[in-house]
Amino acid sequence: MKDLFSYLMIAFIAITATGCGYNTMQAKEEAVFAAWGDVEAAYQRRMDLVPNLVETVKAYAKHERETLTAVTEARAKVGTIQMSKDLLNNPQTFTKFQQAQGELSSALSRLMVVMERYPDLKANQNFTDLQNQLEGTENRINVARVRYNQSVQDFNTNIRIFPNSLTNKLFLHLERKEPFKAEEAARTAPKVQFQ
Amino acid sequence: MNWIKRVQLPAVALTLLVLSAPVQAVEVPPLAGRINDLAGVLSTETESRIESSLAGLEQSDSTQVAVLTIKSIEGVPIEEFGIKVAEKWKVGRKGLDNGAILIVALEERTVRIEVGRGLEGKLTDLMAGRIIRNEIVPRFREGDFDGGILAGVNAIVATVKGEYVAPEEAKPERRSRGESPVFMLLVAFFVITSALGGVSKILGGVSGAIGLPLGALLLVGGISLVAGGILAVVGFLFGLMVSSMPRGTGGGFSGGGFGGFGGGSGSFGGGGFSGGGGGFGGGGASGRW
Repeated sequence: MKDLFSYLMIAFIAITATGCGYNTMQAKEEAVFAAWGDVEAAYQRRMDLVPNLVETVKAYAKHERETLTAVTEARAKVGTIQMSKDLLNNPQTFTKFQQAQGELSSALSRLMVVMERYPDLKANQNFTDLQNQLEGTENRINVARVRYNQSVQDFNTNIRIFPNSLTNKLFLHLERKEPFKAEEAARTAPKVQFQ
Repeated sequence: MNWIKRVQLPAVALTLLVLSAPVQAVEVPPLAGRINDLAGVLSTETESRIESSLAGLEQSDSTQVAVLTIKSIEGVPIEEFGIKVAEKWKVGRKGLDNGAILIVALEERTVRIEVGRGLEGKLTDLMAGRIIRNEIVPRFREGDFDGGILAGVNAIVATVKGEYVAPEEAKPERRSRGESPVFMLLVAFFVITSALGGVSKILGGVSGAIGLPLGALLLVGGISLVAGGILAVVGFLFGLMVSSMPRGTGGGFSGGGFGGFGGGSGSFGGGGFSGGGGGFGGGGASGRW
């Protein structure tokens, strides 16, 4: 009889544990990490692309040293920030990360605008290929960021609602995750101006 | 009317702009087939050629490619529209993510190849860009949409061909799934329990209490005493529940409940075409003509 009681208790706990959000919150945190993995991969892809792009452009546009330096420097700055999951719990480092990536974004879009002035370069197969890759990467970053923000919103809401908030406070101690904030200028597509 | 003067005009204009923005968002059309020629630029002959080429690709590789032509995307960037289409259509097989979509927006004069994650290795942004630049755009510039789309599709097919092999059981998916031992065991367990339950509720309960742990034992190969005990309790309750169910419900459950098992996979052969649950991550390229 005592055995039966303990089996029933185990079954009871297994059923009620699903009702207090213990499992859901952890699953949602994992979803955030997975989405973050995609963000990281997309940014990394861009990092890898930049040196190639700079080399190709250098050969054609020697006068654009300033723009090129800005890109290289922005990339170097991004490289100093460690991309890891710990970033997500820390608003300060997360903002720093986002700023650094934003600077690289705007440096790259300035470079792309400048390149419009070089018809030789634009006709170069290597450059157009790189341009395609860069555009694709920027798009991937965008998509990954949107999905990451969705999962963060989902998670942050989930740990605040009752009774999950209680479970979290007592057992899990999961922290709120940082979403990406909309960027001012960096996100807008570069516009070509004819002077 | 005094208050209106106090509100500055730019603010009103801005509010109107913000409010009207979501209204402008263009709807993603439903997936009607491999070819969704909403703009009506394809001839029937080209359409059937593309259709057979894409159907052949799906037969051999399980890779799904779809085409969408649309009159206008109302100024929305095609990348933004493209990922929405991809998220809604889910072409490509689940897990493999081997889908691609060629999207043409006439009014905006833009074209995009949206590439599923599983095809990004072969159909890279670079390749997609080249296909657009070299195959599609030159023909579009001459107003030859038929030729441009056909050439584009052929280039996509040539690029991704051989990347995946359609799994052997892909075609008879429904049947092979339905005859798996897990499924058979479940059915047997259910049938026996409900048959005994028809005689008496307790008998049904006992059948459940024995059947569920036994089934688990056969499936997993070995279970602990505690797990067996829990399963016995669950099985007993389930047996009681099944026994108390009206006959009609029981029949409906075993007959229809499992019919939709193959729903997760793409449709193979036959007339219909549906996305198989492939995932997209924003890969691909866009171009203008």
